[in-house]
Amino acid sequence: MKKFALFIGCNIPAKVGQYEMSARAVLEKLNIDIADIKDFNCCGYPLKNTDQNAWILSSARNIALAENAGKDILTLCQCCFGSLKKANALLKEDNELKVNINKILGKEGLKYNGTSSISHYLSILHNDITIDELNKKIIDHYKDLKIATHYGCHALRPSEIMKFDDPVAPSIFDNLVNITGAKSIDWPGKLDCCGAPVLGINDNLSYDLTEKKLGNAKKAGADFICVACPWCHMQFDKIQDQIVLKRDKEYNLPSILYTQLLGLRLGIGKEELGIASPDNKDNEHLNQIYSKLFDTEAQKEKKPKKKTSKEKELIKKKAIKKETQSVE
Amino acid sequence: MTFDLLFNLSLIIFAIGMIFKIVQWFSCKIGIQAQNSFFSKRLISSLKAMPGVIFSTKIIIILKIFILDVLFQYKILKQDVLRWVMHMLIFWGFILLFFMHALESVVSEKIFSYYYSTVNPFMFLRDFFGFMVLVGIIIAICRRFFMKIHRLYTNKKDIYAIFIVAIIILSGFFLEGAKIISHTDFQNMEKDFSALDYKEDILALEAYWVKYYGLVSPNIIIEQISSETLAAGEEIHNESCIDCHTRPQAAFAGYAMSKMMKPVGGLLDSMGMVNILYYFHILACFIGLALLPFTKMLHMITTPVSLITNAIMQRDKSDPLNIATRQLIELDACVHCNTCSKTCSQGPAYDVKNNVNILPSERMVSLRQYFKTKDLGSSKFMAIQEGIFLCSNCDRCTVVCPAGINLKELWYDVREEFIRSGASITSLVLSPYSYNRTYNQDDFGATLADMPAKHARGIIASKYKKKSHSEDVLSLTDTSNELKDNKEPAFHDATFAYCFSCENCTNVCPVVMNYEKPEQVLDLLPHQMMRSIGLGLENLALGSNMLWDCVTCYQCQEHCPQNVKVTDIFYELKNKVAKDCFYSQKE
Repeated sequence: MKKFALFIGCNIPAKVGQYEMSARAVLEKLNIDIADIKDFNCCGYPLKNTDQNAWILSSARNIALAENAGKDILTLCQCCFGSLKKANALLKEDNELKVNINKILGKEGLKYNGTSSISHYLSILHNDITIDELNKKIIDHYKDLKIATHYGCHALRPSEIMKFDDPVAPSIFDNLVNITGAKSIDWPGKLDCCGAPVLGINDNLSYDLTEKKLGNAKKAGADFICVACPWCHMQFDKIQDQIVLKRDKEYNLPSILYTQLLGLRLGIGKEELGIASPDNKDNEHLNQIYSKLFDTEAQKEKKPKKKTSKEKELIKKKAIKKETQSVE
Repeated sequence: MTFDLLFNLSLIIFAIGMIFKIVQWFSCKIGIQAQNSFFSKRLISSLKAMPGVIFSTKIIIILKIFILDVLFQYKILKQDVLRWVMHMLIFWGFILLFFMHALESVVSEKIFSYYYSTVNPFMFLRDFFGFMVLVGIIIAICRRFFMKIHRLYTNKKDIYAIFIVAIIILSGFFLEGAKIISHTDFQNMEKDFSALDYKEDILALEAYWVKYYGLVSPNIIIEQISSETLAAGEEIHNESCIDCHTRPQAAFAGYAMSKMMKPVGGLLDSMGMVNILYYFHILACFIGLALLPFTKMLHMITTPVSLITNAIMQRDKSDPLNIATRQLIELDACVHCNTCSKTCSQGPAYDVKNNVNILPSERMVSLRQYFKTKDLGSSKFMAIQEGIFLCSNCDRCTVVCPAGINLKELWYDVREEFIRSGASITSLVLSPYSYNRTYNQDDFGATLADMPAKHARGIIASKYKKKSHSEDVLSLTDTSNELKDNKEPAFHDATFAYCFSCENCTNVCPVVMNYEKPEQVLDLLPHQMMRSIGLGLENLALGSNMLWDCVTCYQCQEHCPQNVKVTDIFYELKNKVAKDCFYSQKE
């Protein structure tokens, strides 16, 4: 398999640290080595509105750094993925642009050649590691968990460049959710925008779009909305709280990052995945939803009744004893 | 006498400077933290906070930071080993020199009863410490002037800092060298400490010192010294001098200087070079001291303060008045080391736009000017503004800053000050750079978080003609239309020409879907946008709300049967508006 450099972008270290934590924990569990390139800069996404040249240079510099290190880029954020991949495509088809960009990069001894590829985390899991392999590593399954997958615009479209999945009927994300035992539900608008791109530009519009998605997913019976992009996550997380407060609505539809959803079933601890309990501890409804994350099939088969933690420990100890006896 | 006069004078200037600085820290305003506050109020609130810090567990944090980040400078080590070596050499060399040499009567002589600056180990150590500083200075000069570090800028303040330290150390070395060879000094010492009666004895001692102590004497020729003279000289030397004088080779740097000066030693001595160099040396020290509050050297005081206060203060718990004071001290704590600019996520934007204010370290320099005058002229203000809004809030600068400055909060607060002043006009508020303000609106107490974008939209609206009524007649032969005069293709992407108004784009658009009467809110619908450009009514599209309400989800482009790159064309239109309606530093 190719060697990847992890591209975390700007939002994840500042606002969605749990995404990086969980993504690294999952890769470690799957025995995949990743490199870190300290000099990576912003992908250029926020610059697109005002200065596309600055965006392309930002992306090109990252790709050049990855080329220098002999790595391919693995992104966690779908907007980083979109920006980098789009810039890469533009640079490949426009030689004049490439020459100009390389003139600027040359000042610090860098050169863009276009030899490194850009992939999103979900593609790597689905296409490189494969579902079969993941199935082997999963130790137990969610018992009763309904997930609304949120694909994210900039991963899917424009499809001729992104080549992430079928832009009209994608399945990667749903497949990845289903192997954990959770059920990926059908819901209207799952391929639509989360609202993040216009937050700060037109807050009401952004809230409208987010609210609509939350309402649709909830109506379809989702326990969690599952994302693989920090923008989408921030939108369904903190911005949901703002909407609840400002518009006097209640959705009780928390957002979970796919790396967290998968990580739990790979046997990674919730602290390691950065899964926090709901802020409002008195919200029974939310507590109930969160408890579903720890209710699994494997437990059901072995222990029909819910055991207290003491009993669990006893069982564990017995199991260890048995093992050691058999070894002897 | 002269020494005392100069010393006291420099001390007074230093004190006045410090008072001036302190008043500035407690009374100037930057950001939004200290609206309606004045000197005494802020001073009292900082004094009030102090007992709570000293008599709590925070004192442990302070100690930890002091040892780890101030004395050991771990934050620098984490970022750049060479810089750490450089700074540790200068810092420790200078500190040790300061206590052992500059304060010898107060420190060294009190601690070591046998202290003489001319006896080992002190004689060696003095040169060794000085040498440490010198090596550090050489690294600093290489870094600043020869290593060509990308995005590293060197300004007058940096040059002064290197210059003053180098002058102090080098003049010290030269002074030592001049003293070693000085015949006048020898004569004075001989009178004071041995008071020999016979000329032969004096000459014998002189011969001994010429031979072994590097003295340059008009009376002695080194090749002609006889062994008897030398033996006689040694006897006197052992009697009167040896207790206080180690051989000068121990002071290796000063000794090297003396070797250099030796050929013209007699001349230099007769010119009174020791005196000249002495005054040069102490004058350099005193100028350094007097100007300390006004130069980069102030970081000796402010950087530790910044490191410590940032370790114990929290935005949501600390008094906003104290945060305001801290932010002003932080402006002086910045040493312009460029660690932040090197790591800045937005560095490439600087490479394209050539506005130095995009780099955090340069922005700090500009802000220092800004908070003093608040009126820098519009182009300078716009440049700072572009820099401060062009920030993706990745917080990397704050994480790496070796001075512990909370840059992130400084950017937030100054950005907010700009917005509230109403003078803020930049196209950047119409981009995802605005996300942070709404996201963190509770921190700012911002009631209308997207207000800056609304303001910018107002500016755009005033520039372009809007389609006000669906029944309006639009002239297609408007000769003032830019598009027709323009010889170059107006758009990189000309696929809009294929649009035949099937309205697929409009039908899949989530923004259009969001409104009951979208054409009223958005001015033009996506297919109308494409058609307007196709008809040469570019301004109509450029002025429409649709452009900025577009969420760039690419549904339109994906579903276009004609392969019109709708979203990409939107981006081009937005770029054009940004360029035509707002400031951007020209190359």
